[in-house]
Amino acid sequence: MNLLALIGGVVLAFLAHVGRLTIFAGTALSHCVRPPFFPRLILRQMVDIGFYSLPVVGLTAIFSGMVLALQSYTGFSRFSAESAIADVVVVSLTRELGPVLAGLMVAGRIGASMAAEIGTMRVTEQIDALTTLSTNPFKYLIVPRLIAGLLMLPLLVLTADIIGVAGGFVVSVYKLGFNPTTYINNTYDFMKAFDVVSGLIKAAAFGFVIALMGCYNGYHSKGGAQGVGAATTNAVVSASIIILVVNYVLTEFFFGT
Amino acid sequence: MNNTPTSAAPKIRLKDMTKSFGPKSVLTGVSLDISPGESVVVIGGSGTGKSVMLKCILGIMEPDAGVVEVDGEKVIGLSPVKRDAVNAKFGMLFQGGALFDSLPVWENVAFGLMARNRRMSRDEARTHAVESLAKVGLTPDVADLAPSELSGGMQKRVGLARAIASKPDIIFFDEPTTGLDPIMADVINDLIITCVRDLKITALSITHDMHSARKIGDRIAMLHEGKLIWIGPAADVDKTDNPFVQQFVHGRAEGPIKMQVRR
Ligand SMILES: Nc1ncnc2c1ncn2[C@@H]1O[C@H](COP(=O)(O)OP(=O)(O)OP(=O)(O)O)[C@@H](O)[C@H]1O
Ligand SMILES: [Mg+2]
Repeated sequence: MNLLALIGGVVLAFLAHVGRLTIFAGTALSHCVRPPFFPRLILRQMVDIGFYSLPVVGLTAIFSGMVLALQSYTGFSRFSAESAIADVVVVSLTRELGPVLAGLMVAGRIGASMAAEIGTMRVTEQIDALTTLSTNPFKYLIVPRLIAGLLMLPLLVLTADIIGVAGGFVVSVYKLGFNPTTYINNTYDFMKAFDVVSGLIKAAAFGFVIALMGCYNGYHSKGGAQGVGAATTNAVVSASIIILVVNYVLTEFFFGT
Repeated sequence: MNNTPTSAAPKIRLKDMTKSFGPKSVLTGVSLDISPGESVVVIGGSGTGKSVMLKCILGIMEPDAGVVEVDGEKVIGLSPVKRDAVNAKFGMLFQGGALFDSLPVWENVAFGLMARNRRMSRDEARTHAVESLAKVGLTPDVADLAPSELSGGMQKRVGLARAIASKPDIIFFDEPTTGLDPIMADVINDLIITCVRDLKITALSITHDMHSARKIGDRIAMLHEGKLIWIGPAADVDKTDNPFVQQFVHGRAEGPIKMQVRR
């Protein structure tokens, strides 16, 4: 009996959470399309998310591309399938690894900082101060972050795709001794516009999820430094999990039969 | 200052306002009328709900029951757009300052100005901000500092400058003189009096500082156990035989107000 009550309580709490998150997202989206807008703030967030994440995402991408080439060589070398490596590298990067790895890295970097910043503003009453100064916190704090996340993640992933393929190229040519021209030609042959585009759509979804979870957890944080710490952890963990789930759903949608 | 409450329609009317957090009742029926141009000071022990009372008027918290009217208009449950119009009449000094730490001091002070008039140029806004800073005794070189680079008392004064910068109709001060030295505290008292007397602003202040309360208040109200148990002209606060007020004014540990401490 007690166990049932416990399970019921957990389920109810979870549903309440989902409901609050949905309302939060709906409110935020409705403010995205109604003036006033804050272009300076959107720009600042875009620089923060897009530009300053480049080193992290670039490093992740180049090593992923390199390790992909190395690993598939051990698998394919027996069949002397030189072309297979270019195929594996470009397809897995554009479809999966580029968006997912970039998404997870940015979730750690940006999701955490959003939750911490907005959470601190919440517990120090800065968000209350915004409303008394005739400024809607959703428009001022949340909309710029959502828009920047939505727009910048695809750009980051595009960069990651290019850098990752370059990483695969470097290993294939300088370590495994392949012909560079053949490798590039093979890459072109196997790269499909649809793979790239599906990856970019995934990236936009991930960017939205990261910003949404960062803002939501920060906005609802309470109880001083400890509350902000919890909000930061929740933002990163929940964004990462949702990214993996959304990734599966979108993959099923794009490539499932 | 003038002690007789005018007969004009109240600027702010609170009627039986209640607010609780879970099982804990903080406000159990607050009623207060504030006339235009009047300065009311709320005193009361720490944790009695003074800040909560202000937040309920400002719309930051929603009261559980009761009426809040501003200029005769009921403001609880207003649509966000109408609520914004009401908030445009307000200036607020938060107890903790609540300065935006991502913005320099002058942008903090000019924030409300720029939000309400989005065509105002940044230079013009800056000029206004520096003027407001001067009123609270801060020099222009403070304008470009970050709030975190200021002392606690300076932050409080920047908060004050922000509250008065947009020349609101009604100002709320949550402990305006706490954390200031006695001289600066008196400068701030004078500033509040100027706001009320010369600029005809209605003011609702919270303070623990009885000297300040007598000086800036036309009327004083005492909050105890969720109700305003005494409201009267500032001059009467020393004459009343209300034991709660007497104990508070004289700062005695013995009396009808029991502090929750173990001996
Ligand atoms: N957001 C909140 N959630 C739960 N309880 C709260 C909240 N805000 C205030 N309280 C409670 O309401 C009571 C009144 O708080 P309030 O901040 O209004 O006190 P105060 O009269 O301003 O005290 P002080 O003079 O120390 O500033 C406190 O007991 C506090 O615990
Ligand atoms: Mg208080």
